Amino acid sequence: MIFSFDLLFEAVLFGILLGCFYAAVSIGLSVSFGLLDVPHVAHPAIMVLGSYCAYVVAGWGLDPILSGVVLMPVFFVLGVLIYRFYYETFERRGSEAGVRGLAFFFGLAFIIEVGLILAFGVDQRTVQAPYIGSSLALGEYRIPYRMLVAFGVALVLTAALTVYLSKTFTGRAIKAVAQDEPALRLMGANPVRIKQWAFGIATGVSVLAGAMLIIVGPVEPAMDRLYIGRTFCVVVLAGLGSMTGTLVAGLILGIAESLVLMFFGASWAPAVAFGLLLIVLGIRPQGLFGR
Amino acid sequence: MKYWIGAGALFIAAVAAALSPVNEYFFYAGYVVLTFVVLSTAWNILGGYAGYVNFGTGAFFGLGSYSAVVLFKALGAPLAVQIVAAAAVGAALGFGVGMLTLRLRGIFFAIATVAILFIMETLMMNWRYVGGATGLQLLRPEVLAPFGSYTRMLFVVMALLAVLAVSVARWVQVSWIGRGLRAIRDSEEAAESAGVPTLRLKLFACTVSGALMGAAGAPMPMYLSFIEPASSFSLNWGVSALAMPMIGGTAHWIGPVIGALLLGSIQQIVTVTISNEINVLVVGVLLVLFVVLAPDGIVGLFKKVLGRK
Amino acid sequence: MSLLAVHDVSKHFGGFTALAGVSLEIAQGERFGLIGPNGSGKTTLINCIAGALRNDTGSIRFEGAEISRLPAYQRTRRGIARSFQIPRPFHSMSVLENLLVPLQYVAHGREEEVFDILKSIGLADKADTLSSQLSQVELRKLELARAMAARPRLLISDEAMAGLSGAEVDEVLEILFALNAKGITIIMIEHIMHAVMRFSQRVVCLDAGRIICEGTPASIVANADVQKAYLGA
Repeated sequence: MIFSFDLLFEAVLFGILLGCFYAAVSIGLSVSFGLLDVPHVAHPAIMVLGSYCAYVVAGWGLDPILSGVVLMPVFFVLGVLIYRFYYETFERRGSEAGVRGLAFFFGLAFIIEVGLILAFGVDQRTVQAPYIGSSLALGEYRIPYRMLVAFGVALVLTAALTVYLSKTFTGRAIKAVAQDEPALRLMGANPVRIKQWAFGIATGVSVLAGAMLIIVGPVEPAMDRLYIGRTFCVVVLAGLGSMTGTLVAGLILGIAESLVLMFFGASWAPAVAFGLLLIVLGIRPQGLFGR
Repeated sequence: MKYWIGAGALFIAAVAAALSPVNEYFFYAGYVVLTFVVLSTAWNILGGYAGYVNFGTGAFFGLGSYSAVVLFKALGAPLAVQIVAAAAVGAALGFGVGMLTLRLRGIFFAIATVAILFIMETLMMNWRYVGGATGLQLLRPEVLAPFGSYTRMLFVVMALLAVLAVSVARWVQVSWIGRGLRAIRDSEEAAESAGVPTLRLKLFACTVSGALMGAAGAPMPMYLSFIEPASSFSLNWGVSALAMPMIGGTAHWIGPVIGALLLGSIQQIVTVTISNEINVLVVGVLLVLFVVLAPDGIVGLFKKVLGRK
Repeated sequence: MSLLAVHDVSKHFGGFTALAGVSLEIAQGERFGLIGPNGSGKTTLINCIAGALRNDTGSIRFEGAEISRLPAYQRTRRGIARSFQIPRPFHSMSVLENLLVPLQYVAHGREEEVFDILKSIGLADKADTLSSQLSQVELRKLELARAMAARPRLLISDEAMAGLSGAEVDEVLEILFALNAKGITIIMIEHIMHAVMRFSQRVVCLDAGRIICEGTPASIVANADVQKAYLGA
């Protein structure tokens, strides 16, 4: 392990960019699991599915990010359908639903993963774009443009979602349904419709996150397994239901992973998210900003 | 009493088969199916009876395998010792994970099991003594007479473990512990206020479950003559160990057995005739189908049919 | 020495204060009523006493011993039983089995005793029925029966009569009176005013996490603060 402040600074810088990316990747889960209490372990799998869809659309000549944006309405509808199905089959039935709901999403994740393997094979896929491959020179440090793009999109996405949830009527209804569903019912709003709308948004956001995923690096079908750790780490560390917390938690994870990567090597990096998750669960399960 | 007669008869049948000129492939495949009987039965003690879902069966199973390898490599330990040690390590891991997360909601326990799985894999990948990421080749010791091959012997060993696992699950189910676990599953809050020491019972179930999974992992390195982290700690073990009880039926100890025998056999056939990917797809699809359409599993369907007559 | 002594108990949920320094004492054998509008903290107080929640400040002493650090199951073993406002049956079990849980884990009694409880509460013919198939009324009775099966010294009945008809309310009142006659101290939380007033020897009224009035049923009913709390005028 070679230590120098230069390397440290570079690791932290990269960690910040990576962290924002992790926050954006997790924000969909922050809504679906943090706010709506859906045990959505298939969230990373859907994101990887989004990556592959963006890959296909980008293959027709569209910029990868634009591909993601174009696919958002499609994934929104997918999210609505999934939530509707989950609600009708499990949430209505009561306590036994806990085990079955978890098992359902677990099975769904595997079906998606294998489906992708059958459609695309196990090899890694990448996309091309003018900002992929070159770096920005900042003094002595080189920052890959693709990381900057992901960083930018991530910030915009997180900010947009936070504003939406706090300033718009539907957004606040979503937060309300997370906190006090009976009260919402008394106000005449239909909690199920609000929840399915929210889940749709969370899924729509996931495809954009998936587009960023394939910009930041190559994707392969089994990646969802690793991202279960990263996304749940961020959401739990943030505290269920906190959007700004997601950004902070993402940064913490990104920097931690980057430091481990720099000073201990790539063979240890996958365990960082999972290790951090266990530590949070052990010491402060409500997270940093939890309800 | 009927149970012990049946279990004894099955075990004797397994030994008899191992000593007879049956096709060797039967034992290769049978060993894996019996492993799944143990894993799904162990999973069900915590998942079916208490309602806490474990995704990371591979962590306990793989840890059992690696414990066996370490003992074999360092001390030349015989298989029986390996199994006992692996069970102890699995129990310790179960207790540890339980202490950390069983106070929290079920989904946090489930995610924690995935975390343990990946952390275990990463640890083993970085440990050169056991071969790191590339793994280790192992030389099997001499076969114990009267078995004709090492695989046949392992088949009988796993049959014994299966009988042990199912007996433990059956005992838990009918005992007062089982009723407490069911109360926890039905309504943990009401169980606690009815005097059930929920955390202790959950820890007990998690520890026993972990021990059995670890024990199931111990003979695996000898079966393969090989061990490596990626396959030992694969999430695929988790989805099978979960799917089999949910398909067979989680309320009764016979459910995981049925699920393991059925799905395990299907898996062997599909993997050999089609591909490993389709195998995982089949497991996933069957899991989702049963969870949605037949939540009480095959046992539940049976009861319904019998009830209608 | 009082059976239950709650002293300066507070409970916060994030920024929201559910209980703000509640103190009360309940004597052995007393019939105690707890009333207050929705959201006043009644169930939170019960949860703190029974152990489903941990109080943030203050002390809770049962038979002289501090219990606020004990998990709920240990409080039940010491003699505190509660029914749930929204019934939480063990839905995979029959009515009989539901009662066997506290019987085996707390009272260490014999199965025959459970039948007596079922008879007294009017569920004897449903002993083998799956609890998930019971009506709302029967579920409320099951809640009470399950608390009784733990052979408590203090029984907390949390809105056991909600939604019951006049005759059914009388039925449940009779059961509670009978239990009290055997020496069981009872805390009753109810919205059905005539039931609370008939049953209780002493009543406490909560509002917004504080006790606003304490006394005999007659004095409570006449109290202006209580009327304001309920009617909001």
